[in-house]
Amino acid sequence: MSVSVSMRVNGEEASAAVESRTLLVQFLREELRLTGTHVGCDTSQCGACVVHVNGRSIKSCTMLAVQAEGAEVLTIEGLAKGEELHPMQAAFRECHGLQCGFCTPGMVMSALDLVARHPDPSEETVRQGLEGNICRCTGYVNIVKSVMAGAKAMRG
Amino acid sequence: MVDEGIGASVRRKEDARFLTGQGRYVDDIKRPGQTYACFVRSPHAHARVKSIDTEQAAKAPGIIAAYTAADLKRDRIGDLPCVWVFQNADGSDMKLPTHPLLAVDRVRHVGDRVAVVIGESLDAARDAADLVAVDYEELPIAADTAGADGKGAPRLHDEAPGNVCFDWENGNRDAVEAAFANAHHVTTLDLVVNRLVQVPMEARAVNAEYDRISGRYTIYLSSQNPHMARSLMAIDILHVPETKVRVIAPDVGGGFGAKSFAYGEECVAAWAARKLDRPVKWTSTRSESFLTDSQARDHVTHAELALDADGTFLALRVKTTANLGAYLSTFGPAIPTFFFTTIMSGTYTTPAIHCEIRGVFTNTVPVDAYRGAGRPEGALVIERLVENAAREMGIDRAEIRRRNFIPKDAMPYRTPVGLEYDTGDFATLMEEALKIADYEGFEQRQNESRTRGRLRGLGISSFIENGSMGPSKLLGSFGSRVGFPESAQLRVHPEGSVTLFTGSHSHGQGHETTFAQVVADRLGISLSKIEVVHGDSDQIPFGTGSYGSRSMALGGSSAFLAVEKIIEKGRRIAAHLLEASDVDIEFRDGAYTIMGTDKSVSFEDVAGEAYLVQNFSPQEVEPGLDETAFYDAQNMTYPNGCHVCEVEIDRETGELEIAGYVVVDDFGTIINPMVVEGQVHGALAQGMGQALLENAVYDQDTGQLLAGSFMDYCMPRAGFISTLDHSINEDNPCTHNPLGVKGCGESATIGSPAAVMNAIVDALSPLGITHIDMPATPEKLWRIVRESAVVKPTG
Repeated sequence: MSVSVSMRVNGEEASAAVESRTLLVQFLREELRLTGTHVGCDTSQCGACVVHVNGRSIKSCTMLAVQAEGAEVLTIEGLAKGEELHPMQAAFRECHGLQCGFCTPGMVMSALDLVARHPDPSEETVRQGLEGNICRCTGYVNIVKSVMAGAKAMRG
Repeated sequence: MVDEGIGASVRRKEDARFLTGQGRYVDDIKRPGQTYACFVRSPHAHARVKSIDTEQAAKAPGIIAAYTAADLKRDRIGDLPCVWVFQNADGSDMKLPTHPLLAVDRVRHVGDRVAVVIGESLDAARDAADLVAVDYEELPIAADTAGADGKGAPRLHDEAPGNVCFDWENGNRDAVEAAFANAHHVTTLDLVVNRLVQVPMEARAVNAEYDRISGRYTIYLSSQNPHMARSLMAIDILHVPETKVRVIAPDVGGGFGAKSFAYGEECVAAWAARKLDRPVKWTSTRSESFLTDSQARDHVTHAELALDADGTFLALRVKTTANLGAYLSTFGPAIPTFFFTTIMSGTYTTPAIHCEIRGVFTNTVPVDAYRGAGRPEGALVIERLVENAAREMGIDRAEIRRRNFIPKDAMPYRTPVGLEYDTGDFATLMEEALKIADYEGFEQRQNESRTRGRLRGLGISSFIENGSMGPSKLLGSFGSRVGFPESAQLRVHPEGSVTLFTGSHSHGQGHETTFAQVVADRLGISLSKIEVVHGDSDQIPFGTGSYGSRSMALGGSSAFLAVEKIIEKGRRIAAHLLEASDVDIEFRDGAYTIMGTDKSVSFEDVAGEAYLVQNFSPQEVEPGLDETAFYDAQNMTYPNGCHVCEVEIDRETGELEIAGYVVVDDFGTIINPMVVEGQVHGALAQGMGQALLENAVYDQDTGQLLAGSFMDYCMPRAGFISTLDHSINEDNPCTHNPLGVKGCGESATIGSPAAVMNAIVDALSPLGITHIDMPATPEKLWRIVRESAVVKPTG
């Protein structure tokens, strides 16, 4: 069954007719072609699909597009201001917090949610806070460094 | 040049696109007329396929076609190749059973491909796949590595009695037997190496299209090795010239080995794209990835070390059964043979070694190379034996190693298992690691832990890797039917910027930065003027891909050689411009200068002149500035190092804490320390994951993969490792490649399982424990502590 869905994604109105079973991540990737949000598993474990809905991080593989009706959605594509990276993105680059890049968008979006709740997080808080995001490349060492550095930069 | 050249921790050029969501992975690619494939897979580990009915599925809404093996046969499509073939110890041929793209009449593991449904949308294809009716007659299964060749084990392949694929040996049996006969002490060990799932975060994916006019396939593939995929697809599967297949591996989200091999799904997609004249995409779900990506390790080993009275190693005997899975994967037989046995010398002078390896088929997912590939298994055998021998003989574990290390001045050192180490200073690396780990203070820390009811242990692992595969002739002598030369093409553009086309493939390693550093260092131009192109069989002359810690040693060396050719060509042009003789011109800091003068011309100006062709004679110097170099290794490289691990185990809960972890590595020359550190971090998490968490468990009665998702297969997460003291010793560069690099990608997966397990056994040794198998989960440790406490109460 086809239903119409509309929301604001990265500050712009977006709407489409989709099958009712369409997941938010499918809507973002297939309808809007925002392919920065990734799918890394089918059990809501890996966090590659994390985006923000109304200011909170969610796994977009576990939410129907229709559940985001009227919501404000922020994806990895909406973070940088033109050429200028968001401080958290810049921190990941500076601290080598990414290798293959596949988990990175979800990692950055989760990190931003974490920092919103813990502006000055301890290493332990960061490690606990990223339990829902799996990375196979970095061993997390530099991801944790990146999030701490990103948080510091965001505190100004 | 150090700020951007060799040795600089340059931030990565590729990061901006990954961080902004602009990476382009295979599933991100949507072609006009796109269709989607969904595979019908066997729910049984072993069954006869009596019939397949695709009629309902083919008629379902949005479905374009449903195919089975019969359709492939009509088009004379080939089977999946295995490119590593050798003779058994008795001179007979190893078994090479057919590995079909879609099951013909038998399925041999859960997830085996039976049919494919192709639809206008992924949802339509998935829905219709459920309508394919397959009539199976279940057969008894063999899933157990040790029991696969036992009496009464059901046979997977008619041509392989006892499920034995090969019985192979390496080393000198007679010398080993003689040494054991005269040994003062023999240490014996039985160990099981747990099976692993590889889990690159981007699952495998393919998007194949066919152009009817040119007769060419373009295959977007999540691959570590696009040129080999091109060749295998063209030659073995589609039976078309290699010119007709273009493989593009765009951004690839990790590989770890799994994406180096030929799989049925991508071949079926390519064939179907031609059949339907539309692009066909298949993206593995994570569940499919668990059931179809090549898995790893899975050894059962009996090993013995013979020593004389002062702890000198006299001989090593290893007998291993290696699980190959249901079919031979592309390089499957290489891993427990060449890669596992040729490092059995480790870092020691053991004069006699003999390894007997039996490869067996089981009703499980095929096994092939995963980061480390045979070497973690080898290092574990050696270092667990050494540690137990030290304990049994009452010799300090560092001291027993000191007595047996191959001395630095014995290099080059020929091992009894077929290799010649070029450089290495194993004793110094261990001493450095022990110092950082405060080995002297361990006993005090152990006593302190005891006061808190905790068991503390320390483990050492000194290891070496046969890296950078490799010298093609050597690998051929062990069974490889493919060569491993790497290519680099360096195209200098008229204003002096440069594009490097490399056959190495980056799927996280950062080649766009590190390879550019190699070029920048020698050419003396800014990194911003260098672009690196990889992952396209049409653009790049040739490639043998990235795996086996080989990219910089092979791809980097060919880039270096291409740069040298460019410099030489430029020198001849510069000679004309400067009106001097070639031999009087030196190239330094980005300019050609007449030696002893200040007359010079910049590299950029020479590049411009190469295409302007007005100031030199094209009869004397060929115009243009574009050179290609091929490089085949002269020897394997030998990255090596020492890990020292300290653990603390809670007696009440079995919970384990890594109390300290020290690594000292010898990777030869370092191109980008930041990137190298990152490789060590990731490899360490994978090695420790094997030691402590990961286990691909199959139900022994049904052959179902019980650890088939992230809910069941325990992946390292952000809280996993929090301590690491890593340092690098650069004193012993590789002697036989132009960069002096040894490779760094796999090292920490090789050294760490042994270090962690040695530490755990050390911690548990007061309870009388002499060995435990991986993974050492809290539950396993808790049971061991509990049961030991009952039998052997300790204060």
